[in-house]
Amino acid sequence: MELLSGGDMLIRALQDEGVDTIFGYPGGSALHIYDAIFRQKKVKHILVRHEQAATHAADGYARATGKVGTVLVTSGPGATNAITGIATAYMDSIPMVVISGQVPSDKIGEDAFQETDMVGVSRPIVKHSFLVKDPAEIPATIKKAYYIAATGRPGPVVVDLPKDVTNPYEKFEYSYPKKIKLRSYTPIEKGHSGQIRKAVQLLMGARRPVIYAGGGVVQGNASELVTQFARTLNFPVTTTLMGLGGFPASDSRWLGMLGMHGTYEANTAMHHADVILAVGARFDDRVTNTPNKFCPQAKIIHIDIDPASISKTVSADIPIVGSVGSVMKDMLGLLNEISERPDAKMLGDWWQQIEDWRARHGILIEPRYDISSELIKPQDVIKTLHKVTGGDAYITSDVGQHQMFAAQYYGFDLPRRWINSGGLGTMGFGLPSAMGVQMAHRDATVACVTGEGSIQMCIQELSACTQYHLPIKIICLNNQALGMVKQWQDMQYSSRYSESLYEDSLPDFVKLAEAYGHVGIRVERKDELQAKMEECFAMKDRLVFMDIQVDPAEHVYPMQIAPGTMRDMWLSKTERT
Amino acid sequence: MRRIISVLMENAPGALSRVVGLFSQRGYNIESLTVAPTEDATLSRLTLTTIGDDHKIEQITKHLNKLIDVVKLVDLTEGAHIERELMLIKVKAIGNQREEVKRCVDIFRGQIVDVTPSVYIVQVAGTSDKLDAFVQSVGESAILEVVRTGVSGIARGEKVLSL
Repeated sequence: MELLSGGDMLIRALQDEGVDTIFGYPGGSALHIYDAIFRQKKVKHILVRHEQAATHAADGYARATGKVGTVLVTSGPGATNAITGIATAYMDSIPMVVISGQVPSDKIGEDAFQETDMVGVSRPIVKHSFLVKDPAEIPATIKKAYYIAATGRPGPVVVDLPKDVTNPYEKFEYSYPKKIKLRSYTPIEKGHSGQIRKAVQLLMGARRPVIYAGGGVVQGNASELVTQFARTLNFPVTTTLMGLGGFPASDSRWLGMLGMHGTYEANTAMHHADVILAVGARFDDRVTNTPNKFCPQAKIIHIDIDPASISKTVSADIPIVGSVGSVMKDMLGLLNEISERPDAKMLGDWWQQIEDWRARHGILIEPRYDISSELIKPQDVIKTLHKVTGGDAYITSDVGQHQMFAAQYYGFDLPRRWINSGGLGTMGFGLPSAMGVQMAHRDATVACVTGEGSIQMCIQELSACTQYHLPIKIICLNNQALGMVKQWQDMQYSSRYSESLYEDSLPDFVKLAEAYGHVGIRVERKDELQAKMEECFAMKDRLVFMDIQVDPAEHVYPMQIAPGTMRDMWLSKTERT
Repeated sequence: MRRIISVLMENAPGALSRVVGLFSQRGYNIESLTVAPTEDATLSRLTLTTIGDDHKIEQITKHLNKLIDVVKLVDLTEGAHIERELMLIKVKAIGNQREEVKRCVDIFRGQIVDVTPSVYIVQVAGTSDKLDAFVQSVGESAILEVVRTGVSGIARGEKVLSL
């Protein structure tokens, strides 16, 4: 058997786990590990400019590939800087392993230089964590960490490694376990067949069914099954912010996104539904509006891998615990066995009703904003982006109005193409996550839709993009303000713009991009938008920062009115349901 | 409703903090908590009492089950069970009080485990209600210090919580 130091064992274990890319930042407690990285070629390390970006990049990598993202940071500030990104991954159930250096074991608890109790600080936002005390435990711990991160409901796992554990002078026998079994962790894969049968029966009797598909469909690689199921039954589908791409947007059965900024037809159909099939969704408060007014007539079937997500805010009539893929497969199998189908006449009437709603206020069939305006409308930027990229780009996003416009208007036909911080709503996520996506798919078109507020939260990563030649296209919807904050201030605080304006302090983004060695393009006129965006995407091997001056007064609509039901919405500044 | 949840978990560093952290993080209440290793040194048995409606208790047990360190758990209050709590109570014992406290201890089937000219230390075991009743009968003015272990519990009959 081979003898290796702790640091070398760690890197070897990562290789054996199939890790090809690590996002990280070195520092004192992690230096033995960094030396081990230097002496090998298999695992590529990407040096970010701030540890938050390392976690977002690993997160983007994980979302775009389905693999576990890997982060390496040092102790103390390195570890605490990673916290925001860990919380982001936790809220969206993203598989990630974060390896943090720690002060030497004999210094723990002494307030040593760059000491933080990382296991303690990260406890509420990780799926699990390990503090490794003996170098011999490294291979098994790494195996466990990746297994826990990737299986069941995925999530981030922290592995904290005191510096002495990675000491290069002490060597140990190395062998990487092929399999690992944890007596206290056995994720449920298969759904209960009796429950599945009951669910299918209920669906066959449905008159006004809606499939409500969430991030679990994307994360669980079940979009093809869900699509097949919906097409077989001709059921309408709405997807959550996290579920976009889980059902093709170009299919007429797609009603658009639901929830706070969901479409009129999706929210209204949900409200009137008699059976809702919730697949890998968690009845988030940004979806349900007021939970006790949520879909009053609906019987709810809820498929989720996490039992704690079921009946948390809205009670399920038929709960099914299991992986979305496995349960959908069983449901499809059952569909093939039985001849019974929902009443065609009723379903036809339901579709007629939905099409009426769509025709009345649907944002995807015609513009519901002022198209005669001289100013560039943010909605048009996203539509142009879709046109120029052929709808085939990976789109990452920051958080705010631009995120909602992108979610509403890009029209994702494939899963894992829409990458955004849905649960935590982390500004600064867009650019670093795009780096992770581009690292995973070197030849793909990757665009980061952002705003002048969010982009400044991780703008330092423009430097990392230079170092690794990442030709990301930054589509900055510059409205000179924190748009979503301002929208709420317009709607609820009589337009008192408390701290949401920059007062001419914004940088010249074109020059800023150029200072980092990239290309900057400023767009001010509506008639130059498409040509300049084509110019941007034609530069295949360059990072291009598009600073697009959009109408600062534009709001995101529809917007649900709280407290209220699913169908209570503002449709424009003056019109409500 | 008051519930007694009994948890079998890995006897590992940090395991207890995950359980306690879960309660504060999600706004659940812990009334009492006891924990100690079991006959299998790799496992700890934790018993906690909490108050909540069915919905809340369901969420608590689901979230506890999600913790990687938690191997198994049971809500003892769902079935017949025995619960016990141990109390050590230091009371003033001067003059007439000495006899009175002694009588009270006998009634509650407690034991006086330490005696000085002015103080008794009394040990009482039983359900939490019984301990409350003892405290009440001794009277606040006589009490110098109360130490309670928190509730431990076990299911009646054949049912066991084990691997």
